[in-house]
Amino acid sequence: MIRSELIQKIADENPHLYQRDVERIVNTIFEEVIEAMARGDRVELRGFGAFSVKKRDARQGRNPRTGESVPVEEKHVPFFKTGKLLRDRLNGE
Amino acid sequence: MSEKTLTRMDLSEAVFSEVGLSRNESAQLVETVLQYMSDALVAGETVKISSFGTFSVRDKAARVGRNPKTGDEAPIPARRVLTFRPSHLMKDRVAAGNKA
Repeated sequence: MIRSELIQKIADENPHLYQRDVERIVNTIFEEVIEAMARGDRVELRGFGAFSVKKRDARQGRNPRTGESVPVEEKHVPFFKTGKLLRDRLNGE
Repeated sequence: MSEKTLTRMDLSEAVFSEVGLSRNESAQLVETVLQYMSDALVAGETVKISSFGTFSVRDKAARVGRNPKTGDEAPIPARRVLTFRPSHLMKDRVAAGNKA
């Protein structure tokens, strides 16, 4: 399933909404999640999962081609943990 | 880190202010989006949201695990797990936003 299919499915089942509004709704949801993480916030969607930000410490990396040692700065990466209900549903419970 | 936690309520509030729908219907639509994504994943489909990320389901084989506290062996049955791979755009925005 891709974004456009998700939008189409919602538009089909909500004939009173304009397609472009459904697009805005779906885009707003994903945009909110990214904006929250960009601020360092968590987004917890019970039953589905939680998006959070993890810190990766600075480290001494290596250029795999030359073997040269290069400093890698501290950085923050997005992380998703599956919710209990969805995890159980995936396993037919 | 600020450690604020957003919930469904914050997402539906964002939908409410973006589109001229009632709060009730906005909340309903947030739920619908999550429901459809969950259903597709449970059916074994990959959910690919461009510029956000990809959710995919992977099969894990059974293995013998260990209780880390007691050291006892414990069988872990075969199971399906969900993995999320963030898009480059998401990674870049999260990295830029949290830069010290």
